[in-house]
This record gives sequence, structure tokens and C-alpha cells, in this order.
Amino acid sequence: MEAIMAENKGRTKGETMRNSSEWVLEDRGADQFLVNRQVFISDDILQKEWDVIFRTCWIYIGHGSEIRNPGDFRTRKVAGRQMIFCRDKDGAVRAMLNVCPHRGALVCREREGNARGFFCMYHGWTFQTDGSLRSGPGLDAYGPKFDKASHGLVQAPRLEHYRDFYFINFDPNAVSLSDYLAGAKEYIDIVVDQSPSGQMEIVSGTQEYDIKANWKLLVENSVDDYHIITTHSTWINYMSNSGVDMRRPKGSLLPSLGAGKNLGNGHLTTDNPNYRGRPVARWISVYGEEAKEDIDNIRAELVARLGEARAARVADTNRNLVIFPNLVINDGSSVTVRNFTPVSPGLMKVTSWALGPVEETEAQRARRLHAFLTFYGPGGFATPDDVAALEAAQEGYAAWREAPWNDLSRGMYKSEDDQLDTDEGHIRTFWRRWKDLMETAA
Amino acid sequence: MSALRMEVEDFLFHEADLLDRWQLDDWLALLTDDAAYFVPPNDKPDGNHNTTLFIVADDSVRLRERIIRLKDPSCHAEWPPSRTRRIIGNVKASEADGEITVRANFTLNRHRRGGDLRTFSGEYRYRLRRENGALKIAERRAILDAEELGHMGSVSFLL
Repeated sequence: MEAIMAENKGRTKGETMRNSSEWVLEDRGADQFLVNRQVFISDDILQKEWDVIFRTCWIYIGHGSEIRNPGDFRTRKVAGRQMIFCRDKDGAVRAMLNVCPHRGALVCREREGNARGFFCMYHGWTFQTDGSLRSGPGLDAYGPKFDKASHGLVQAPRLEHYRDFYFINFDPNAVSLSDYLAGAKEYIDIVVDQSPSGQMEIVSGTQEYDIKANWKLLVENSVDDYHIITTHSTWINYMSNSGVDMRRPKGSLLPSLGAGKNLGNGHLTTDNPNYRGRPVARWISVYGEEAKEDIDNIRAELVARLGEARAARVADTNRNLVIFPNLVINDGSSVTVRNFTPVSPGLMKVTSWALGPVEETEAQRARRLHAFLTFYGPGGFATPDDVAALEAAQEGYAAWREAPWNDLSRGMYKSEDDQLDTDEGHIRTFWRRWKDLMETAA
Repeated sequence: MSALRMEVEDFLFHEADLLDRWQLDDWLALLTDDAAYFVPPNDKPDGNHNTTLFIVADDSVRLRERIIRLKDPSCHAEWPPSRTRRIIGNVKASEADGEITVRANFTLNRHRRGGDLRTFSGEYRYRLRRENGALKIAERRAILDAEELGHMGSVSFLL
């Protein structure tokens, strides 16, 4: 018995921990790019991702519109930590650990609200909205050396925002968010330009669902346009039945020929001419005849504000944007902000919201939400099939020893500037960044 | 009052039977022409679908498209189709202005291969109308109890 265990243990050592330089293999001579399936099932690799990726990268925590007024708060798990995202009584945005400095209990157990402060129900310590300790029963028992100022809630070491998208970083020495976002800023700008005042807001209503798959699979899937004709054929039929022209030009896998782009630092995007309709501002029959004039007016506002070329950029192109490591902004049928966090190698929690211009009329907002559900979310006409595909892939990875490699070589024979959205060049940029970070830490 | 409840219960039990047997065309025949189907988000169970992002908000056009999709083997999330079983209870019904308002509790178990069991519980809310003497569904709303969709994953079948 012991011998068998020892043998198995030896095998685990020999086989489970591949050298980190073998997780991602790139052979430019053979135009081949391979990812070892072990990266989706290994506890050790996930632990390393927690230590490296989720501790040193900028991680999305929330949008400014979610906490408009002093005292507004949202509690959520970010990078595996329970956090409070709030606006303090003086109007400053805060990201603090939702952890009592005394004995560690959550100091706020509600999802959202407006608070004058936070209260730990364990021993009654209370905190201001800026995190400082306000009071507690019998604090005098700690004696004269007790320093109230050092017993506040722990603030995220770094908190910065770009155009109201707030990110935190647990590495005090990290580069600025602006430098980190690199080429992704240009694409966030296109999204935000949909609002006349440059103000977007998270719409009420949260979709929170699990996928029994590794978190990195949702990165890939969110920007993988190769799967659309197969995985989403029923969505394509729905669009066709509704009068949307889904015909594909010869040689194209989709109704329009798009690009896959490397935005630096592991960020990536698809950049596609629109065919699927856009609330801002490209009418499709799904919206109904009565919406035509309104969409024309939205477009006229864009042209007047941004000029013809920029208006076309905003209104006639779609993008699925990945901010490394775990934020996706899909600006297609509607705009979704999608955040996901691993629980274990084979399980992630996904949170997604709708994003829209603050100026939208009720009819425009209703159209945006209707359009959202044509494709996105756990009850949409496409996302559930993505979930099924990711879960099917995760099932397959149990056989990683005999079938070890995922192939991401599409388009590799071409230059980086010629990568289509249906190629895998943009997905490779995620993996290169992932590999760099994981190896540096090795 | 209890006669109405019994009539509504019979109707809901019949509907549950059709859905659990995937007799989706027969189920469609239970709907009014303008029927709508809603699953509100877990964090805003009383939200309005025009201002709040729902999980499902189908008008009559999209609801019919949903049935087309569910019957298609390329609806991968439901192929092979989930095996579902719903238990309905605590039915409350009242009739006013030609409409019957219904609230009922449900528990639904959804089984898939590999021992994958997902349990949904919540409240159904209906607006029913009488058309040619038969009850028809004008609006159907499935409100989940859970704080988040979580382990339930997708609402890819008719909840």
C-alpha cells in the first residue's frame, strides 16, 4: 500500500508539475502555438496565479456610477478578497478590505446600500466610510498604547480609475493604471464616447453565475470569433429570422471581416465592422421600425459631437475587449462589463452588468437591455452555449496526460497586423503575457 | 375562491407537465398572442425589465424564437435536453378585471449527465386570461430565491 502511494507520489511529481517554461510553447518556425491543458486543472498553477497575477496586476473592482453619492457602497469579492467599494462621506472613492482589524469578520454583509459607517457584528467595532475606526465597546481595555488610527479597515494599496472604471492593485510598486492599460485605453474611449457627456453607467441588475471551467477559458472565449458560427448557430438563426442580414461574404466565417489586436500588457480586442446592430447607433430590424428615427437621432448627435469619422468608429464597429487578466468589456449587441474570478481550477464565478450612457431615454435604455438579452447572459441566446462549450472543454482536460495540448495557431503564418478576429493572434498575446508573469515569478 | 384555485392549479400542473416533457409546441398553445416571459435578476427580483438588466425578458416574438432555439439540436446548452422536474405548491389566485393573478412556489431539479444536479427554487407569478373558455398565459415570471444564480449556471431551459 505504502509502495503504491510512494509510486503515485513520484509520478505526480514527475508529471503534474511541468516546468513552467513548458506550459506555453511557441514554435515560430512551425507556426505552432500550444498551451498545455495542465494550466486549466492544476491547483499549484492556480495558487501561483493568486500569488502573481491577482496580486500584481490591476484588478477591476467597480464603476464609479455604482457609488454616486457619499456613503454609497457595494461589497464584492475582488481577486479572492472580500472588499468594500464605496464613496466616503467626503466624496472620495475607497476600496477597502471588508475585514475587521480586530478579529477578521466582515464589517458589511449587505450587497449594496448607503451607509453612515460600517459595523462589525462580532464585537461591535464601528468604522467611518473612509475606513477609520470610529468606536468600539470598551476600547479602554486595550490600554494607553492603543493606536486608534492604525486600527482602521485596510485600504487597497493602490486604487486608480480610467474613465470611471476603477481598478485596485495589491502591489504598492505597480506601474500606474494608465501605463498598465496601454493600448486598451483607446478602446475604452470608444465605448465611453457613446455618451454625449462621456459618462457611462452600470445599469441596475446583476447577472452572477458560475461556470465549471477554468477562468482563462472565459478570457479566450470572450474574444474568440472562430467559435461563433458553430457554437452560436441558433443565435445566427434568430437574427436571420428577425430580418438581420447574416450572409457571409465568400471566404469569411462571419458576416463581416474583423481584426484581432494586441493592445500590450496582455490586453487584447476584436475590432469588427458591425453587422449585429448597435443601440449606439446602428439600427437592425430586431429593434422595430419605430426605433429607426431614434437611432438616426443618436447617430446625428455622434456626428455633431465627434465628426463623421469618429462617429463611424463608435457606431459602426464592435469590440470585445479583454483587460488582463479578468475584465471583459463586450461592446457589440449591447455593452456588457463582465468580471470573473477563479474559485478552483475548474470553477469560476462570473459577474456581468449592462453599461449605457447616462443620458439615455427610457425607450433607449429598454432597447439596450432588450438587445443585451438577444445574445448575452445566462438566459441569452448565446452565452449559455459558451458556458456549455467551456464546461465541455474543462471535462476534456482531465485527460491532459494523454491529450496534453490546446492549439492556438490560427493565423500564425501571417504578420501580427494581418490577424483576423477569427484567427488566434490576439488570444496568443494573452498567453504570452500570462507565461511571462508566471515564469518571472518561478 | 377555492374553485378558482383548483382550476388554476390544474392549469399550472398541466403546464409543468408539458415543460418537463419538453412538449414545447403544446406549451406555446397555452400562451396568449402577446405573452411575455421574465426571469428577473437575483439582486433585483422586483425590477422592471425596461430599466433593469434581467436574466430573461422575452416579448412574444422572442419567446417564439426561444422555442425554435430550444428545439434545435444546436442549442448546445440544452442538448441533450436537461431532465427537469418541477413541484408547484402554495398556489394563490385572484380574479379581477378579466385577469387572474397567480402566485405559486416552485422547486425545480435539473439533471444532466455526470450526476450534475442543479436545484432552482422560487416563485412563479402569472397573469392569466380566459380565451374561449380556456385559461391562457399572458405573462409568466419566475422569480428565483437565491441571492445569485451561482451553481444554477444558465437559465437555458424554460424555467
